[in-house]
Amino acid sequence: MSQPEGSAAHAAGDVEYHALVMPEPKRDVLARRAAIIADLRAIVPGEGVIDTEIEMRPYESDGLTAYKQLPLAVVLPSNTTQVSKVLAYCHANGVRVVPRGAGTSLSGGALPLEDAILLGMGKFNAILDIDFDNRTVTAQPGVTNLGITNAVVHNGFYYAPDPSSQIACTIGGNVAENSGGVHCLKYGLTTNNVMGVEMVLITGEVIRLGGQYLDSGGLDLLGLIVGSEGLLGVVTEVTVRILKKPETARAVLVGFPSSEAAGECVASIIAAGIIPGGMEMMDKLAIEAAEAFVKVGYPLDVEALLIVELDGPEAEVNHLIGRVSEIASGLGCMTLRASTSEEERMAFWAGRKAAFPAVGRISPDYYCMDGTIPRKALPRVLSGMIDMSAKYGLACANVFHAGDGNLHPLILYDANKPGELERAEAFGRDILLLCVEVGGVLTGEHGVGVEKRDLMPSMFDETDLAHQQRLKCAFDADGLLNPGKMFPQLHRCAELGRMHISRGQVPFPDIPRF
Amino acid sequence: MTPPTTADRLRARDEADVVETVRWAVSEGRTLDVAGSGSKQALGRHIQTDATLDLSALTGVSLYEPAELVLSAKAGTRVAEIEALLVASNQMMAFEPMDYGPLLGRPRGEGTLGGLMATNLAGPRRPSAGAARDHALGLRAVSGRGEAFKAGGRVVKNVTGYDLPRGLSGSYGTLAAFTELTIKVLPRPETLETLLIYGLDDATAAKAMSAAVGSYYDVSGAAHVPFGVTGHIPALALAGSSVTALRLEGVPPSIRHRREKLEALLAGFGTLGRLEAESSAKLWQALRDVEPFAGDHARAVWRVSTAPMKASAIGAAVAEAGGACFYDWAGGLIWIEMPDADPRAELVRGVLAAVGGPQSGGHATLIRADAATRAALEVFQPLDPVTGALVKRMKDGFDPSRVLSPGRMYAGV
Repeated sequence: MSQPEGSAAHAAGDVEYHALVMPEPKRDVLARRAAIIADLRAIVPGEGVIDTEIEMRPYESDGLTAYKQLPLAVVLPSNTTQVSKVLAYCHANGVRVVPRGAGTSLSGGALPLEDAILLGMGKFNAILDIDFDNRTVTAQPGVTNLGITNAVVHNGFYYAPDPSSQIACTIGGNVAENSGGVHCLKYGLTTNNVMGVEMVLITGEVIRLGGQYLDSGGLDLLGLIVGSEGLLGVVTEVTVRILKKPETARAVLVGFPSSEAAGECVASIIAAGIIPGGMEMMDKLAIEAAEAFVKVGYPLDVEALLIVELDGPEAEVNHLIGRVSEIASGLGCMTLRASTSEEERMAFWAGRKAAFPAVGRISPDYYCMDGTIPRKALPRVLSGMIDMSAKYGLACANVFHAGDGNLHPLILYDANKPGELERAEAFGRDILLLCVEVGGVLTGEHGVGVEKRDLMPSMFDETDLAHQQRLKCAFDADGLLNPGKMFPQLHRCAELGRMHISRGQVPFPDIPRF
Repeated sequence: MTPPTTADRLRARDEADVVETVRWAVSEGRTLDVAGSGSKQALGRHIQTDATLDLSALTGVSLYEPAELVLSAKAGTRVAEIEALLVASNQMMAFEPMDYGPLLGRPRGEGTLGGLMATNLAGPRRPSAGAARDHALGLRAVSGRGEAFKAGGRVVKNVTGYDLPRGLSGSYGTLAAFTELTIKVLPRPETLETLLIYGLDDATAAKAMSAAVGSYYDVSGAAHVPFGVTGHIPALALAGSSVTALRLEGVPPSIRHRREKLEALLAGFGTLGRLEAESSAKLWQALRDVEPFAGDHARAVWRVSTAPMKASAIGAAVAEAGGACFYDWAGGLIWIEMPDADPRAELVRGVLAAVGGPQSGGHATLIRADAATRAALEVFQPLDPVTGALVKRMKDGFDPSRVLSPGRMYAGV
């Protein structure tokens, strides 16, 4: 699996596995490698171009570690002019480009290609402007997500989207992936919190979209850029809105005898008109793993645990804590605790926030999935996962952004046991296909990348995908930016642009006229 | 059948009709103006097309699940109908879509869901709750290639593929004709109140609003109405000075707590007042729908989005030219009415560029002007050449034959 290539599928036992096929490397680019590196060194001098195997190793993979590939070279520009010149050079010379922030993508968005330069944005690590009166921060894309909050927290402000990798992931990567987090039901995803970007097109042209003001006043290009997974351009500056930190936050920890009951509680809270700051669910295996790891007093006799956090002005939070507690009690919860101190609230969260490493302690490896479902389909999806668990012989722990229906099943496997990784991947694929079947989607916040690329046809037909790819053609007609990601098939833009309606061939439709 | 004439409204009954009509237009080299009820036909550049593609018969809410916070409806469904349905479940479109009726001299309640998304409507809650774009989850549409496609999904959190539902918001029918839309809906606040500050000049009001929305107290609307403009809003008509209005929404104990804290925070700014729920609702609707400038439809009206603290400089330039304005979004949105039909575009765009410095200061859209003016002027904020070329390439991809509302936003698009 480390060098994905070759046959589209191979069979192992009674399960069919699909190997990842990446675009065929361009032979001419590989042949010109030394000259290309020399040319790039003229643009980004000194240590800005890395070409030795040992130094490129750290870049061979991102957070989806099953896939590894060394790039043609790693290029680390330090200003917009260099990015512009590098991209213009690559455009003129047909060299592919894979942009990378901190490399925390869980979907292989920053997986290198053999014939592509890896454009690392880590040197763009400055905060350029903090404007409390207008409530914005402008930062270079390599600033970490948490770095933005840290820069404004002294005045009681924060940046709302908080992906679990926030200590490491960059704001540029957040823009590429439209990252979420536990607070996005109430405060939105990255796209709802980004106001502007400076971006370099593959031609080297630099554009600005948005700024310290709201909406675009025309076509919403910014809305397209956010979540485009590095396929449309390279962001070199980001302006985000910052919010005042809520005055108070309190959480309720509720245990239920079944996931269905917990799901009903979530639906009832929302039906009561309450949008919690965070609403997380864990299943029994996740609860046990988390409690064994952080020992914060999670109840171990329940099947599902909910953490419901209310934030805002103190009077409102106290009022809503009462209402949520009433709802939970009315639905037969087994345990119910409302936090009475900041320490207690943090303890409620400690287990949830440590859920991934906690699962990592009870299994040599785990594979984190990311589908979203209509919440009412939760019982069906959970029972489907129990069947799949038996079919593949692998355990699965579930953590769930319950408020917005975003599932994170963690499939436990051991990469050292032959066939287990392939089984884990097939299990994961089945979970995502079930998510789509019940009306959900392949990815809620981790992105398509290479991981879910080949599943796109389960959600979108050819016409749907062709319309998405025509956008790509408007930005990058030669398909040089991050090829092999998001789309299962690469179509030539000339082919996508062709019209199949001929002059005078379509009769006037027989429809009402006024 | 005889070919249609300019006056024809081709009323599609379903998506298949839309596909057929667009295919016919492509085949015959005709142009179509994409419209729902037609309530916003006076927005954008003035264009003439061979016929109107009327989507107003594509109606009906196809999915509404309050507990999932999701609603889908055909593009021609009236916004008013959707709002009534949501109210029955104590929910709302949190972006508080404005009704252009009063400003454009048409009845209220004509707008459709498709038009709402095609023009990316918003209201006073925009800074905290977003615009229509922020609530777009999924869509079905027919592109200028005569092909029906879908994008997005029907769940509230989804990053699968390019974000076309957001990318097509605000596209004024120039890339695709929407046939069905899915949006996120949210619980509506139990009640509301408005805290008023009397007598602030525009720059001081900006500071007061910044302090209020930057506080812990969840201010969900912050507007400043200069003296004079106040006379056109019944709730403020007797104020005798400018009025700065701060809206608090939620459960009663929370509102009381927040109002008291805000009163303490803002006491130094000026004399404070208060509006109860009913008059508050009327005030915020009047501001949302720009009622102060609904009186004389011959006067040019601009909508300017900028950084809140830069707004008062723009307001001052407008006042000097004899225009009037008021501020929403804590200053980030300026509604400008000129003293006559002359939009004075150079003045508005010039001062906007000046306050922006090296970056763009924001965007100015000419909302109300006669057809000749809207045919001659850039109605939307002009694009730089690189972005303009990019937008043309997007049009090439979605509508290569320039069939769908060509020129409504930008010449050649």
